[in-house]
Amino acid sequence: MSVVLDVKDLVVDFKTRAGNARVLNQVSLDLREGEILGIVGESGCGKSMTALSIMGLIPNPPGRITSGSISLDGQELTSMPAAKLRAIRGNRISMIFQEPMTSLNPVFRIGDQISESVLLHQNVSKKEAWKRAVEMLELVGIPEPAVRARSYPHELSGGMRQRVMIGLALACKPKVLIADEPTTALDVTVQAQIFDLLKNLQEETGTAIILITHDMGAVAELADRVSVMYAGHVIETGSTRQILDDPRHPYTRGLISCVPHLEDNPGDERPYLEEIEGVVPPLTELGTGCAFAPRCKHVMDRCLTTNPVIGRVSQQHSVACHLLKEKELA
Amino acid sequence: MSILLVIFRRLVHAFLLILAVLVLNFLLIHIAPGDPAEVIAGEMGGATEEMLAQIRTAYGLDQPVIVQLGTYLGKALQGDLGQSFFYNAPVLELVSGRIGATILLVMTALLFAIFVGTLLGVIASHKPKGIVSGLVTLVSVIGYSAPIFWTGMMLVILFAWSIPIFPISGMYDITKGDDLWTRALDILHHLVLPALTLGIVYLAQYARLSRASMLEILGSDYIRTARAKGASEISVYGRHALRNAILPVVTIAGLQFGSVVSGAVLVETVFSWPGLGTLAFDSILARDYPTVLGILFFSSLLVIVANLLTDLVYRLVDPRIRMEG
Amino acid sequence: MTVTSDQNLHISSQSPLKEVARAFRQSWAGMLGLVLLFLVCVFCLAGPFIYMVDPFEVIWAPLTPPGEVANVPLGTDYLGRDILAGLIHGGASTLFVGLVAGVLTMTIGILVGSIAGYYGGMVDEALMRLTEFFQVLPALLFAMVLVTLFTPSIYVVSIAIGIVSWPATARLTRAEFLRIRNLEYVNAARSIGARNNRIIWRVILPNALAPLIVSATLTVGIAILFEAGLSFLGLGDPNVFSWGMMIGAGREYILDGWWTISFPGLMIFLTVLGFSLIGDGLNDAFNPKLRER
Repeated sequence: MSVVLDVKDLVVDFKTRAGNARVLNQVSLDLREGEILGIVGESGCGKSMTALSIMGLIPNPPGRITSGSISLDGQELTSMPAAKLRAIRGNRISMIFQEPMTSLNPVFRIGDQISESVLLHQNVSKKEAWKRAVEMLELVGIPEPAVRARSYPHELSGGMRQRVMIGLALACKPKVLIADEPTTALDVTVQAQIFDLLKNLQEETGTAIILITHDMGAVAELADRVSVMYAGHVIETGSTRQILDDPRHPYTRGLISCVPHLEDNPGDERPYLEEIEGVVPPLTELGTGCAFAPRCKHVMDRCLTTNPVIGRVSQQHSVACHLLKEKELA
Repeated sequence: MSILLVIFRRLVHAFLLILAVLVLNFLLIHIAPGDPAEVIAGEMGGATEEMLAQIRTAYGLDQPVIVQLGTYLGKALQGDLGQSFFYNAPVLELVSGRIGATILLVMTALLFAIFVGTLLGVIASHKPKGIVSGLVTLVSVIGYSAPIFWTGMMLVILFAWSIPIFPISGMYDITKGDDLWTRALDILHHLVLPALTLGIVYLAQYARLSRASMLEILGSDYIRTARAKGASEISVYGRHALRNAILPVVTIAGLQFGSVVSGAVLVETVFSWPGLGTLAFDSILARDYPTVLGILFFSSLLVIVANLLTDLVYRLVDPRIRMEG
Repeated sequence: MTVTSDQNLHISSQSPLKEVARAFRQSWAGMLGLVLLFLVCVFCLAGPFIYMVDPFEVIWAPLTPPGEVANVPLGTDYLGRDILAGLIHGGASTLFVGLVAGVLTMTIGILVGSIAGYYGGMVDEALMRLTEFFQVLPALLFAMVLVTLFTPSIYVVSIAIGIVSWPATARLTRAEFLRIRNLEYVNAARSIGARNNRIIWRVILPNALAPLIVSATLTVGIAILFEAGLSFLGLGDPNVFSWGMMIGAGREYILDGWWTISFPGLMIFLTVLGFSLIGDGLNDAFNPKLRER
């Protein structure tokens, strides 16, 4: 399968009052045609920043892309002039956000908000754009789409609004859809519906999806491959099976054991829920060593001085950890 | 609830407010020291006994207070706000002759303040620490602290005397032609300084307000969505952000309408603009109470109507509250 | 993004009042306002003892421009009265009316707003209708009517300004009360059996003080502008000299004697500016988070 979106060695810095924060450090990802790539990690690990960098939506100032490349179908996005980038945003790459309640403009009808996107990128009449908007609403499973298109966001529930956001994002048939924690703000039952919808749409339209989440269950169910992020680094990438069954990075292992397993033996004496001790360090205070070192059970001298580079475990599976070379994990 | 019902309820509400203003007028006549008949006559001690007797019968002043109130309200609702003995004309006639000029002045100033103020606020929000932002803050501090009548006079010294490009006072020049266009242009020419004086105070406030709300809105999720759609910066500012940022300006402008009318009283006095303000000034000097109270009533009426309109505009712009009572 | 979340970690052990005072001292607006107001007060209070000229007395030729004659430094008005003496004596009444009217406005406003906000329901409804009614009346016109119906004196003027200006304060107080009345510590006070009066004045009000103090400084500024406006229209106390009255008197001579109106106007401007800058400074001091803007 060919690579649609290729992110290489992306470095993003934010100027804060406490100093320079390197929110993304040598991040590399690739998204292949028609797949779902999960990005997982704790809050503040740079998942959303990666998404915003790809969209070219990093608030600048204080943020900026310091180095690295993002290419879509071989087209470099980081050096692209703003106007050309706008023609791509919402058209070939689109994004849905964490907060459906506030992500739609309260003063416009939802039909207008979707047709706006169509009008921006396609040479169609207003009427056709509206028709397209209604089609999209139908596609994302909104009942009575022709009527609902005339509603305002406040008249819809959170789940419905997220459906509208998905319809909005897919209106121009993008090659890539970035879904940034699309269900975090929603009820559990609605979460499952939204995930199903994403999966179905992905199968129908062939749009490649980057699914950013900290819901390991969703990843297990939806994603073809997974990248794990920690403190601005991608620390492990592999197929979903590899990551779940054979995690190599101590952080990934911790992350997976954080997920409660209901099917665990009743007599099992292990703690029901494990946790990774400590917190993500402030990004302004990262030294030269591995960012996870302070929390790592397997920490070695080397970890405190040098940051591990990504190494291959197998064809599909790569990890950034000194333990890989030591073979201690094998 | 249908939109018509909402409007109907607002109208009833407005009518009750009008009644309340009339009751207040009635109370003011009665609390004022001295004989109510003399207050109504409007000439402190100067009215003849015959005239006072006439007033006492007309307003039923020998009846119980509640009956007097009824008589007063009945007359007022039929448009009889009494007789000005100073101008020797019915108050209604006096006031309606002047109210147009006040509305022209107030609306010009307010619309100018809203449009230019919001525009400046949007520009300032683009560069929160830029020159325009600094200027907006400076002008709003000055506009807030300087007495409006003084600002007006300073403008007169500057633009009507040092650099004489605008007339000093009045609404039009009778020596110029009186065909429609000449007169309209002449009025416009006379309007510039008073409207600027009155508008500048609010202009700065609205600029500051819209700058603050723009800054908040520009950081909001739906603006990020608009950008993610590929909308241009002009569309992001002008379409997505502005429509939301203007809401607080509309709200405040509506709430401030009374204060604008108050300001107009002073500005009219400075520029001899023939509106309610100058009429109020003259009739207060003459202790012509019926006219003074008539002006209070009509200017309150203006505010009530303006609030009603603001409410409707707000419902048009913001679908979230469109149906609220 | 929570890159800066660790910024709030350092905890201060200072008392809130000291903290506010410290933040206020750091605000250039607040300090400038304080200095301005101090200078105005010194000018008005010490002035009469240093520059002993009666503001009502005709001392020189009418409309003498400033600087032309050594003993009338700021010139004379249309009657030949000394402008500088007028400025010195005109401030006291303006400041007095501003303060009294400001206190009155705040008292009525806080009373109405807190009762409406605390009790809610019908009481709130009734009081808010009243507030709304008062907001419909153009304040200056209403004050003009009140002052005309009763004899103008600085007390009547102060009361009239108080009567027409309280609605804004009432709304602010009510909003604060609505916000605070359901917070945990209020429920806690209620649960230990504190009576309504105690909860209103001892529990909620102290927590609503910050915005009210800011608003009080602005209210005094507005009251001063009101007093100036009324005096300008000739509705001030005729026996007391005031800045607004000087401008009103100079109105007809605007082109023959710019100084007769410019200087008193400047004094009003500086005084109100002082109050509003102090308000800005206090606002910054009470809301440290807003300062980042």
